Parts: sequence; structure tokens; C-alpha cells
Amino acid sequence: MATATFKLWRTRTDGDGAFQPYQTEISDGMVVLDVVHKIQAEQAPDLAVRWNCKAGKCGSCSAEINGKPRLMCMTRLSQVNLNEPVTVEPMRAFPSIKDLVTDVSWNMRVKQTIQKFAPRPADAPDGTWRMAQKDVDRVQEFRKCIECFLCQDVCHVLRDHNKHDEFIGPRFFVYAANLEMNPIDTADRVPDLKDKHNIGYCNITKCCTKVCPEHIHITDNAIIPLKERVVDRFYDPVSKLLRTVTGPRRQVP
Amino acid sequence: MADHTTFSYDVLIVGAGGAGLRAAIEAARGGVSVGLICKSLLGKAHTVMAEGGMAAAMANNDDRDNWRVHFADTMRGGQYLNNWRMAEIHAKEAPDRVRELEGWGAVFDRTPDGRINQRNFGGHRYPRLAHVGDRTGLELIRTLQDHTVYLGVQVHMEHTVIDLLLDGGRAAGVVAYDRERGRFKVFSAKAVVLATGGLGRAYKVTSNSWEGTGDGHALAYRVGAELIDMEFIQFHPTGMVWPPSVKGILVTEGVRGEGGVLKNSQGRRFMFDDIPDNYKPQTASDPEEGWRYTQGDKSARRPPELLTRDHVARCINREVKAGRGSPHGGVFLDIAWIKEKIKDSEAHIKRKLPSMYHQFKELADLDITKEPMEVGPTTHYVMGGIRVDADSQESTIPGLFAAGECAAGINGANRLGGNSLSDLIVFGKRAGEYAAEFARGRGATRLDQGAVDRAILSSLEPFERGDVGENPYKIQADLQDTMQSLVGIVRTESEMQEALVRIEALKARAANTCVSGHREYHSGWHTALDLRNLLAVSEAIARSAIERRESRGGHFREDCPDKIAEFSTVNMMVKRSADGTMELSRVPLPPIPDYLKAVIEEQKS
Repeated sequence: MATATFKLWRTRTDGDGAFQPYQTEISDGMVVLDVVHKIQAEQAPDLAVRWNCKAGKCGSCSAEINGKPRLMCMTRLSQVNLNEPVTVEPMRAFPSIKDLVTDVSWNMRVKQTIQKFAPRPADAPDGTWRMAQKDVDRVQEFRKCIECFLCQDVCHVLRDHNKHDEFIGPRFFVYAANLEMNPIDTADRVPDLKDKHNIGYCNITKCCTKVCPEHIHITDNAIIPLKERVVDRFYDPVSKLLRTVTGPRRQVP
Repeated sequence: MADHTTFSYDVLIVGAGGAGLRAAIEAARGGVSVGLICKSLLGKAHTVMAEGGMAAAMANNDDRDNWRVHFADTMRGGQYLNNWRMAEIHAKEAPDRVRELEGWGAVFDRTPDGRINQRNFGGHRYPRLAHVGDRTGLELIRTLQDHTVYLGVQVHMEHTVIDLLLDGGRAAGVVAYDRERGRFKVFSAKAVVLATGGLGRAYKVTSNSWEGTGDGHALAYRVGAELIDMEFIQFHPTGMVWPPSVKGILVTEGVRGEGGVLKNSQGRRFMFDDIPDNYKPQTASDPEEGWRYTQGDKSARRPPELLTRDHVARCINREVKAGRGSPHGGVFLDIAWIKEKIKDSEAHIKRKLPSMYHQFKELADLDITKEPMEVGPTTHYVMGGIRVDADSQESTIPGLFAAGECAAGINGANRLGGNSLSDLIVFGKRAGEYAAEFARGRGATRLDQGAVDRAILSSLEPFERGDVGENPYKIQADLQDTMQSLVGIVRTESEMQEALVRIEALKARAANTCVSGHREYHSGWHTALDLRNLLAVSEAIARSAIERRESRGGHFREDCPDKIAEFSTVNMMVKRSADGTMELSRVPLPPIPDYLKAVIEEQKS
């Protein structure tokens, strides 16, 4: 059986940390999370790692592998260079808890600042609606999100500029887009997106899209259309002129 | 007094999968304060793994469907050991529970006329599963989660419950620790709802995540609640078998629902060789008819790949044992073959089974639109659990409710695919509703400080042993080996007696685990504390399985391969006796009322 070296981020009790090397046996078909578990079971029982489904469906085991934000459970060893030590460290845009585990509770709080789903009255007496598949396709893309927060981790506005108090990040633009584009939703989130959630801060470098394990087109399909709605509403000179004649824009149900 | 902080709620819910979240929503609607404890982050529970869909007789795709057919299908699938009242409530209420999700933001796949689309699944006579591609569980949990966060429910994430607390025989709260910091928390409550899911981690090959350690089952058992049907474990026929690190991960039944076929190494569709008599009238006579069924032809009958899970799992097991398996010890599941039938089959498969395509591509480097998958049985679900009142979901302990996988009754000897997600929302709602009602009518409970201290101090013992003791991971692995090899898919009395002997030895070792370091996010310590629950449920499974000297549903005895009449009217029940040992007895099934007997008969043809 082959061996490989993994340098795992270990925190000390003072909160600071360092990479610690572990040599371990590896076998065909293993993913990085398997290696971390093996090290945990054999060499470092107090190693902290968050995981759950181990099938890329729950989004718990987000980390930075050789500096790239990825899910540990979906990164096969065949995708990393094993001739050199493989580094595994926690997501850096969030506060550390211990070792590979970060405090992502900020994301939970952000979600509550977004206006909730508000459906129009039901179309049918049984309380249901009629929607064509082609009208929900784009919403379903957003609903694939597994909330791994890798997009948040890699977003410059959060990671480098620490705008967590002013900016909701790609995950929540996807969340807002899923609500805004739901055919039966009636709420209007455009003013909030502009003023409260500061969608303008995003300069569409598409880093979020690149790391999305669900391959959601975050920038093209969620953020840009939302930016367009903000622009149409608040900055388009023609519609501004029209509004002075027709009065403020009303949401068409 | 051991160090801890205290919280107080009217209703405390343990578990935030589909059942726990649905219970939280309903309890909050009931106007009481609600606390919700979950082992993982919110929205990560094992419900996200559910793929195929949720069964509800909405009749969107076939107007012949109604609750009577769903009820009869569920009873037949459960080999009539189900609690008839739960099966009835489930069949009648599932449609409304599914429809209300749409009003909370769920976006199901659509029929051509714009309604919720429903797909075929094993054991269901008509297309009945509301779904979103093959990620229905994610849709369910996200919808419930996003609805819950606006309701004022207090969520305590990454907390594990150590023990339930009682006050004069009534549920009074729990002792827990937070996983992140290792601090103890005591929650007092007027009513407690257990929604902790399953126990797949007692087995080596399982589709369950680390969370499935039978916590709710064991917590309830330790305070004297009754567990029934523990011998019935569902081995899902199709788990991944290669590579080793993903062994056990689920391959949705939806693959077979969309036309996927099972073949052995000789290329034979072996499922046609063994069709049980009671399913013959509903099963296709040839591959062509089976294919037409999967494509929505109402005159066709279903292919044998869509027989109940217990049967398909045993057939696969038999093929492998007979040396007709695939290279890595499974059989072949082929969806790629539909290129013979469908023009753009590659796009079709990717659209219908996106996560399966993704999962095999990323984890096994295999393109399911071109090659067959290798699959084999994996421990998936426990039909057994806490014995509850069918209408209220209250256990035999006043104020203690249970819903979802940790509760028993609806599934009998075998669960139909798709009945789990609908179970979560139907009975999660009822548990939340009745727990809130219970809490409204009662005064506050008194905390048993002695019990709190005992729970906390005993949890810290592994740290006190330092380096002198057993490695908890090793004990867990040994237990998984024992259950996998001795109380698995095919069972005999002598092997299961051997398992009981080993479980006793493992209990002694588990009482002597040691961990070092600090309490923050310490997986070794968490594993040490989980062992008690895993060992209790493993013993319950083995004892119940020994006593059921017949084969039925998810329980197959090589030494008693037939169904025996005397067992057709009883559930096995385990309970903790006064001296702390596990007591087993048979409890008679509640008699089925005549109007439901008539439904079963009318649906037999």
C-alpha cells in the first residue's frame, strides 16, 4: 500500500495554529475526507473535522485543499499531487473553532435578513399552483445549493475586505434569486438587494462560480440578473423618466 | 453540582431532519416556545440524502390513485405487521402535507399541465412520488429549514443529547453537550419530541452518515419507553460497492424507476427469475412490458426490479454468493441501455438522475450514461423504533413524543421507498401538534439535579482515564463488524447468539474508553459517548431477530426461511427491566377494522 503525507491545520488552545504533517497509508479510490478520518482514527483522535453525508450532498466538509476551496468528500486523491505533502486547512473567510472546523453561523443569521417566500393565492382549490417545468428550471438550479459556503469562502468582498456586516455573499444572492424568480412569489427584494445587501459590491470575478461543487452558475444566472433588476429599477434613465410620469413602479403579480 | 447552563422551552425537539423540522413548525404554530437541538448544522441532517421522492396519493399522473391504494400498498409492503392506523393516517394526510410544501417555497418537478409530477417507485401501484430530480430530500429539508428560521424557533446546532430527564414518570427535558466547545447544557421542557432518525452506523456498510447512531431509540429505551419491530432493518438493494471509501452510499431506486435494470455477470436479468406469488399479478411478464411501465404506459405492469427492497436486496445477495456478481462484489445496474429506446438518452439520464450522474462521475470516475454501475445491498433504514400512539405520536412515557425513523409502526416489516419522506411530514406535524397541546395543558417540570449530575459526570469519565483504556473508534468498528457479519441481511440463530455474546464483551470495553486532549469538537470523545446508544440498539436488533423465528420483510432467517402464521399477529417489543437488562416480549397487533380489511381485499387483485 502506498503512503502519502498530509499536512493538516491544527489549532492550539490560544486559537492560533499550524500545519502538522501526518504520514498515512492510502488506497485506490480514496477521497481526502477518508484520509482525514484515517488520521483521526489512528493518529489524532482529537482532530476536529465537520462532515456528514460523505457524498457531496450536505455541504458540511468544506475546506481548503492545497489552498483551493473544496468539499473533502468529493476530492479524490487522484485529483491531487501526492508526490508532495497535501495541505488541508479550514475555510479562511470564517472564524476558526478548532482544526478544520469553522464557525459558519453568520450565514444562518444572514438568511433571516432576506424577505421570506410570499406566494400569491393558490391557483387551484386544492391549495396548489400551476407552473410549467420550463418556468421553474432556473429556480431549480439555485435550489441545488447544498450550503457548503465555499462560494462565501472565496468571495473577495468577504474574504479580503471582511464586509460581512454589509454584504450577504454569493450564497445569499443565489437564495434571493431563487425567491425572486419563483413564478408564484410576490415579494419585492430589489430595494434590499441594492441598499441592505449591497449587491453592487460584487465585481463579477466569478470566483464563486468556479468553486461551486453543484456547478451552479452563480454569477451568470443569479448575481447578474439580480444586478440587472437593481439597475433597471434605480439607474435606468428611461424608466426613471417614465416613473416621473406614471408614478412609482408597482410589483406586477 | 456539575457545570452547565440551562434552557427552558415548552416543547423541545431533538433532531432537525424532516420530522424534527416539521414538528418544530407545527409546535410553533401551536403558540408555545420551541427549542430545536440538532447534532449537525441546520440543514445537514440525513434527510438531505433522500433521493427518489415522497409518496402521496395525489393522483396527478394517474387518476386511479387514492389513499386506499396507497394504504393497501403500504400494508402489503410491510407484510401486514404495520400499525394499521398509522398507515391509514399516512395515506390520507400525505397529499396535503406535500401540497403545503409548495406554499413554503418547494419547487417540485412538474407535469405537462403544470402540477406536481409523480414518479414510479418500488411497491407503489401508481406513480406516486413527488420529486425534484433525484434530490428530493434536499428540497424537503431546505424548504422546512427556510420556513422554520422565520418562526422564532430557537435552534441549538451541533448539540448531542446524552440523556432524557423525567419528572415523576413524565418527560421533563434532556442533558446535552455542545460539540463545538464541549460544554454541558440542560434543557427543561414540558414535552419532548424525538426525531433522531436511524441507526445505520451499527453496521459496517451503510448509507447513513455518522449521525445515525440510534440516539432517540436508545434515549427512550433507557428511560423505560418501549421499542418494537427492531428486527426489521432495511437493506437497500442498491448501494455503491466501489471504490471502498464510498461503499454503502445510496444509489436511488429512481434509477430503476427510470428504466434501469439489474444484471448479473452473465448478463442475465435475474430479477425475472424470482417473483413472489403475491406480487405476480402486478409484475411485468417480460422486459418489454417492464420498460413500457417505466415510461408511463398505464396498461403495463412494473418490472421485477421494482419489487420491494427486501426482496431485491436478497436476490442481489444470492447472485453475489453464487459467484455471479460483478468484479467488486455487487451486481450491475444498467441505465445506459436505454439508448436503445430513447434518442438523446445521455441528456435524458442527466436530467432525470443528475445527482447519480454526478456521484458516479466524481466518486467512481464512471459515466452512468455509458456504462453500468456496480451496486450491492447497504444498511439503509430501521423499520423498528419507539412505540407510539398512532394519532398523537406519544410514546409510552407521558410527554415524550417520537416521529420519523426513530418511531415505529407505519412500515411494519418493510418500508416502501418514498414512504419515509412522507412519514416525516405527516407524523412530524402530528408530533409537533400534540406535543404543543400537551405542553399547553401542563405546568412546568422539575429538573432532577441528581440525574443531571450523574449524566455529566459519567460523560467525562473517558477523559479521566487519559491514556489507559480502549480506543472508541476501535470498539465502534468491532461492533460494526459484528452486526454486519452476524445480524445482517441473512440471519441464523447461532450467529445471532454469538453476536449477543460479542455485544456483551463490547459493552464492557465501551465502559472503559479513554480519550485525551480538550473537549472542543473532540470526535474521539463523541464516538465514545455514542457507543452506549449503538450497543443498546444492536442488542435490541439481535434479541428481536432471534425471537422472530420466521422470515418476513426486512428480516430473513436462513434457519427459518418461511413465513409462520403465529408471527403474523405480533410485534416484538423490547423494554428495559428494573434490573437494567433488556426484556423482550411479544405484543399483539391491534386488530384491523373491517372497513380497512375491505380496502386491503379490494386492492389485492
